[in-house]
Amino acid sequence: MIEHDPVEHLIGLLAKLPGLGRRSARRAVLRMLMQPEQAMLPLAAALRDAAAAVRRCRLCGNLDARDPCGICRDPNRDHGVICVVEGVAELWALERAHAHRGLYHVLGGTLSALGGIGPEDLAVQPLLARIAEGGVEEVILALPATVDGATTAHYLTDRLKPAGVPVTRLAQGVPMGGALDVLDEGTLAAALKARRAV
Amino acid sequence: MPPLSLTRLMLRDFRSYPALTAGFHGRIVVVAGENGVGKTNLLEAISLLGPGRGLRGARILEFGLHGPEGPLPWAAAGRFRGPSGEFDIGTGTPEGGPAERRVFRLDGQPAKSQADLAERVAAVWLTPQMDRLFQDGAGDRRRFLDRLVWALEPHHAREVAAYDNAMAQRNRLLAGERREGRAPDPAWLAALEDAMARHGVAAAAARRGLVGRLNAALEGGITGAFPAARLSLHCAVAAALDQAPALAVEDGLRAGWAAERGRDAAAGATLSGPHRADLGFTHVPKSLPAALCSTGEQKALLVAVVLAHAALIEQTRGFAPLLLLDEVAAHLDAPRREALFGALAALPAQAFLTGTDPAIFAPLRGWRRCSAPCPGRSFRMAIFPCRKPPESLYYG
Ligand SMILES: [Zn+2]
Repeated sequence: MIEHDPVEHLIGLLAKLPGLGRRSARRAVLRMLMQPEQAMLPLAAALRDAAAAVRRCRLCGNLDARDPCGICRDPNRDHGVICVVEGVAELWALERAHAHRGLYHVLGGTLSALGGIGPEDLAVQPLLARIAEGGVEEVILALPATVDGATTAHYLTDRLKPAGVPVTRLAQGVPMGGALDVLDEGTLAAALKARRAV
Repeated sequence: MPPLSLTRLMLRDFRSYPALTAGFHGRIVVVAGENGVGKTNLLEAISLLGPGRGLRGARILEFGLHGPEGPLPWAAAGRFRGPSGEFDIGTGTPEGGPAERRVFRLDGQPAKSQADLAERVAAVWLTPQMDRLFQDGAGDRRRFLDRLVWALEPHHAREVAAYDNAMAQRNRLLAGERREGRAPDPAWLAALEDAMARHGVAAAAARRGLVGRLNAALEGGITGAFPAARLSLHCAVAAALDQAPALAVEDGLRAGWAAERGRDAAAGATLSGPHRADLGFTHVPKSLPAALCSTGEQKALLVAVVLAHAALIEQTRGFAPLLLLDEVAAHLDAPRREALFGALAALPAQAFLTGTDPAIFAPLRGWRRCSAPCPGRSFRMAIFPCRKPPESLYYG
């Protein structure tokens, strides 16, 4: 391999992305190199624009070009219901399923004593602060059906208790060990619809 | 209904086998040969077609045949015939993936979880290492019990793993308190103890249920000429389930663990819970605990339990587990050996037996059988009763 070979450099960067191995990265680069004007320069510009514009929503933690994000700004959404998710991938999965008409709160992970992730590493305080501002009528915990997800849900339920806001959890049907972002949209919507109080 | 049976096994670079293709068109498969010819490796490969770490409890890196640069990628594939038809299970190193990982394929498709396999196959084994079962610590007896439960309830392994995971996290939090003098978040501890209570009660209830049903089967004389065994589960959580509904037992566990945090932190471990369970065996005719029985009697007790278990699984799930009996027949006296063969002939289960001396399998000779010498291998395989002409056995 020639050092600083731009083609190899590009393949190397693309191959690091989730879902793309070296083989797919090479195919993508080859295809783009056939028509650099049409396929590469717009992509480069889009990457530059997204990197410059997208940031974390200060309210919910979503990634969006606006802050607060489009969901938090949307007056047609139910601002009294907050759905707590592990990450942005789960937020986007619920949006794709059109399952939730309220707002979100991205925790940024789940509690894991073995992985060294404690409450202070998650957006727990910001969640409590949002609820303390008032106007929240329900908090839905849409966390994965793993030991860590269930532990986090139990922990949050405990911490939310003093606020007196009803807390609900996704219904059964989310298989144990199941990550939300890989569930099909029908299952997600059904689980959200049949949520139960804790 | 045909019993669950393995009709073909293919191995590549597994333990001592560079390559193997073997067909088993029968219910009882005998593998006879000297020590070190690969009989146990064959049973281990079969045990790996189900969930879990197989009959040696080995680590994945130990499975590959050793090449010049360490263990080679390995694969084991079985074709099964079960109540719902034929299916294939494969396992081994992922293609191009790391050697310390193991993947499963079900009918050629990647299996989502080991529970998918547990829905289709179950295997139970007795090995010479298990002769120490009555002397060693409770952990081995608990794992023996858990494997029996697993064959009945495919989700049991997940409950036990979830309980162990939550307990390890609780221990870690409590250890952090000891090291750093900082009290762990009580809400976090309570959340972990909640997970332990839910999964621990589910696991204890499943163990308790199986012990009860096995005892009922053993009392019903299901084991024929084998001495009846009685099992006893020594577990405070299981005992509490005799007195109170599961939800109340869960509440009691949560309260107990919350009160014992200081003690457990000082001990560096969770001192109470279903992970402390032990399984007791009693030789009923002599009313002796198994630890006081002779080695031959202990072996007979284990055989009785495994036979009763196979019959129970067959009644409940519609298929009996594969029985992998490594060097079992040699430890039994001649009448018991005949009783074992009789019981295996009566059970709707496929059994694999190994032994060094082909003569001990002589009582099976009345059956129509096929046998094949194995080129390059100094053992013979005999299959009873034989439904198909001898299929060639290829050994690489
Ligand atoms: Zn937002």
